[in-house]
Amino acid sequence: MTSSTAAYLCARGVRKAYAAPGGSTVALSGVDVDIERGTFVSIIGPSGCGKSTLLQIIAGLVPASGGEIFLNGRKVEEPPPPVIYVFQQYQRSLFPWKTVQRNVAYGLENRGAYDAAEIERRTRELIRLVKLSGFENHYPWQLSGGMQQRVAIARALVCRPDVLLMDEPFSSVDALTRAGLQELLLQLWRELKFTVVFVTHDVDEAIYLSTRVVALSRAPARVAVDIAIDLPHPRDQIATRELPRYLEYRHRLLAQLFAEEGLESTARAAA
Amino acid sequence: MTDSQRVVFWRSRWLGVAFIAAILAVWEIASASGMVPSLSFPRVSAILVTWWEILRSGELLRELLPSLLRMFGGYLVGAALGVLIGLLMGSLRTVYYLLEPITEVLRPIPSPAYIPIVILFLGIDDEMKIFMIAFASFFPVLLNTYSGVRAVDPVQVQTARTFGVKGRKLLWQIVLPSAAPFIFTGMRISLAVALIVMVISEMVAASNGIGYFILAAQRGFKIQEMYAGVFTLAVVGYSFNRLFLLIENQVLAWHYGHTQQQRN
Repeated sequence: MTSSTAAYLCARGVRKAYAAPGGSTVALSGVDVDIERGTFVSIIGPSGCGKSTLLQIIAGLVPASGGEIFLNGRKVEEPPPPVIYVFQQYQRSLFPWKTVQRNVAYGLENRGAYDAAEIERRTRELIRLVKLSGFENHYPWQLSGGMQQRVAIARALVCRPDVLLMDEPFSSVDALTRAGLQELLLQLWRELKFTVVFVTHDVDEAIYLSTRVVALSRAPARVAVDIAIDLPHPRDQIATRELPRYLEYRHRLLAQLFAEEGLESTARAAA
Repeated sequence: MTDSQRVVFWRSRWLGVAFIAAILAVWEIASASGMVPSLSFPRVSAILVTWWEILRSGELLRELLPSLLRMFGGYLVGAALGVLIGLLMGSLRTVYYLLEPITEVLRPIPSPAYIPIVILFLGIDDEMKIFMIAFASFFPVLLNTYSGVRAVDPVQVQTARTFGVKGRKLLWQIVLPSAAPFIFTGMRISLAVALIVMVISEMVAASNGIGYFILAAQRGFKIQEMYAGVFTLAVVGYSFNRLFLLIENQVLAWHYGHTQQQRN
């Protein structure tokens, strides 16, 4: 089972079937992904293909119907401490009865490794990193959507996870806020050197952020395309998106997605 | 009075307060003029004088104090058990299937119907009354706590799980605060129930207490004292509810802010 040659985070033949009237619906049909430590991997695919389900299985939040997840050679059965999941619905994921400070501290309080003063210090540090200093005593519902998602990111990162699993984290904020959050995430990723698995339906977002993009097919999903993104860091919201190679990646991935959605003619016309 | 002040009056609590004053004034006039039998409807002014006298002599407080102690003793025990078992029923399916039927069978029976049974086991003293008050206070808190636990957002539970929190910690850190708005609703209903059962149990069997005092006054044709006792209950019930809301607004300030923001 444990092998030194295996990648840091592996999905092996992951299957997921749901009970449905008159049988069962297969969402994932044998997904294999190997993710190296410190990389930024985006998972894209048509809506309803099971991207989020795959992420929840990787997180140990949802059991797979078949296949296995390995983290550092160890099988994942329930949420492993070095892995933190950031939910799409930040409004529901933050605890409304806790202040920003208490919400972020929550990530550390249950680790039992630090005393109150150390928790306080690390919490303030993360709040500073996500540029929310001065809002420590606000409640989440007193903040804008983008600020709330930054609280969620701070809470996830305060315990210095090795892996951050993010489920469409920026999909419900406006375009400018999203660009700001993308920059923040990339900067934190370069500084703190964690591994990211990022689910999105936005091809541009996936290419812009990632070192690798995995495209799933329609349900029952498997890996359709898996490409390394070889673009220079640090990335730039304008210049990077104008690089010929960026446009090549974009072309390949969009063509794949359109084909999956049965939009071949559009894809050909675009080409 | 300016125009805007008049508008404020017609849409304020003072309108309702004035209405109460008007009813009392009609009562006073009707009784003084002999339109209603003054034996059953003594003048309000006479009742207020009697009220003041039994308050000053300490007689009223001597009756009220044991009542309030019984009420709070029973209420706190009933509410605490309601929260505890409600949390368990809401989070463990086995406990739910075990306790749901018996809850549904016991709950619709009006609490006073249990008094004769409970007297058989606990006699007619404080134990019986405290038990009755606890028993009646238990159900509203139980049902609301259960509903609150079922309404906890699964995203919050999953968030806690991703931080490695589960079991009793999850219940305490996430489920309890998240269900708190429901729990407070149940506790406010139970507060009114506790007052009712306190009075009834004292009327059925007691040698002191405000419920006993009211019934004894009526039997002794001390009608003004009887009304003074009833007025006292109005003041007690109103004050407790206000006090409860004050605490609730403090503890659940986050909840009101949160729901307000979601509505916008």
